Amino acid sequence: MLSAILSLALLLMLAPLLPGVAARTRSLLTGRRGPPVHQLYIDLWKLMRRGVVYSETTTPIFRLAPIVVAATVVIAATLVPLDRTSSVLRFSGDAVAFAYLLGLGRFLLVLGALDTGSSFEGMGASREVTFASIVELGLFFAIATLAVATQELSLSGMLGAPLGRHWAQAAPSLVMVALGLFSLLLAECARVPVDDPSTHLELTMIHEVMVLDHGGPDLALLLFAGAAKLAVFSALVVALIVPAPARSLPVALAILVAGTVGVAIAVGVVESATARLRLPTVPLYLAGAAALAGFGLVLVVR
Amino acid sequence: MHSLAEPILLLVVLTDFAVLATSRLSACIRAIASQGVLLGTLSLVVDGAWSIHAIALALGTIAIKAMLLPWFLRWAIREASVRREVEPLVGYMPSFLLGAAALVVSFAVAARLPATGSGPLLVPVALVTVMIGLVVLITRTKAISQVVGYLMLENGIYLFGLTQARRVPFLVEAGVLLDVFVGVFVMGIVVFHINREFDSISATNLSELRES
Repeated sequence: MLSAILSLALLLMLAPLLPGVAARTRSLLTGRRGPPVHQLYIDLWKLMRRGVVYSETTTPIFRLAPIVVAATVVIAATLVPLDRTSSVLRFSGDAVAFAYLLGLGRFLLVLGALDTGSSFEGMGASREVTFASIVELGLFFAIATLAVATQELSLSGMLGAPLGRHWAQAAPSLVMVALGLFSLLLAECARVPVDDPSTHLELTMIHEVMVLDHGGPDLALLLFAGAAKLAVFSALVVALIVPAPARSLPVALAILVAGTVGVAIAVGVVESATARLRLPTVPLYLAGAAALAGFGLVLVVR
Repeated sequence: MHSLAEPILLLVVLTDFAVLATSRLSACIRAIASQGVLLGTLSLVVDGAWSIHAIALALGTIAIKAMLLPWFLRWAIREASVRREVEPLVGYMPSFLLGAAALVVSFAVAARLPATGSGPLLVPVALVTVMIGLVVLITRTKAISQVVGYLMLENGIYLFGLTQARRVPFLVEAGVLLDVFVGVFVMGIVVFHINREFDSISATNLSELRES
């Protein structure tokens, strides 16, 4: 329990580092110097000291959205076995709770975006929910595959060390699930083949356009939530592909840190190697990712 | 069955879906060429023993399916100067879903078939490849993508053949390869002529041919 809380605290503290690592990888590979790795910490500190301006058309939902988004991500993180064996909260079926906590955060984010009455934010919200409906399908395929492979219904039973002994029999399907989950991570965390975190053209943005009207501490919360989501999904991928059992707490924490930073580097590599997809082709990409996870399910049920 | 066969078969399925999801003809051809390489290596792996028969089959498969036919298809798209499948009869998303359905169905069907003793994946992957080849053949309008679909269909039949690798004489396999080669060659010439006649390689134009 203590080790789970420690690793959760470490993950949340490290989270703002990951977008910086991805951006650094991207700029190094494209021959630029890029912003410092700790840029997001500076931004968060700057935003926290600023005041907020609320438009007169907005309702309290707009003020509620950033808080709920950040809170759901943190609660979702408590369900993931970050120290490889246990999570802070654990109950049968918490995998479903994990998926729908993220869904709740997205719902409030979309409501907040619609609340501004801006047409651009409405466009972003519509894209977000369209793509999220396919992402959710893929996420559930992945969860179902893991549940069938391990005969467990909680995330801490189906990931990390307990999964280790299932790699021998179910390796092909687990590889499929890992690939699918990584592709879904890119979509869920608004990274390149689906969304570009550095774009500022309203017509093509998805996530960025929904937070246009937030400012000050609200924006800081949303940025932190985005980074924490990336960290949680990276931790999920790491818990899936590193089957080593944790012998001691330092080893587990080292695996967590090295793994999440590794996933962030992989994100940066993908971002510098591929172009953004056109919006009409994004559903096909997401269906491909979901099909990978579904193929894993077919292989394991067979 | 060597354990190496399993990842190769999974990669074959992934190339199936790559053909289904891409609209660029050159990417389609690249996918079908890599599928040819995979099939060639598979015939070595599946047999276990490195007999002259197996090696000759592998070399022949790679030479024809991964080098000759892709080269020929590339020549055809250069000649007809088409890059993309613009208007498939069924969109990419629905045909992709059809492919996914085919995957589930073939794994379900293969589980009920009597075991052939050549690994659990060979038969379902063969079924998937045949079905997805059929989907590509039916849903695409450009003659070149149809040729790719036909090739994939044949690859599936070849995979079925591998379940009997020890019993089927070399001559039959060689005959099949030759058959495909001639078939694709004829299709290539047809493509060329459709293109010259109509300035496009859409096979739907063929229905406009009338005796005058």
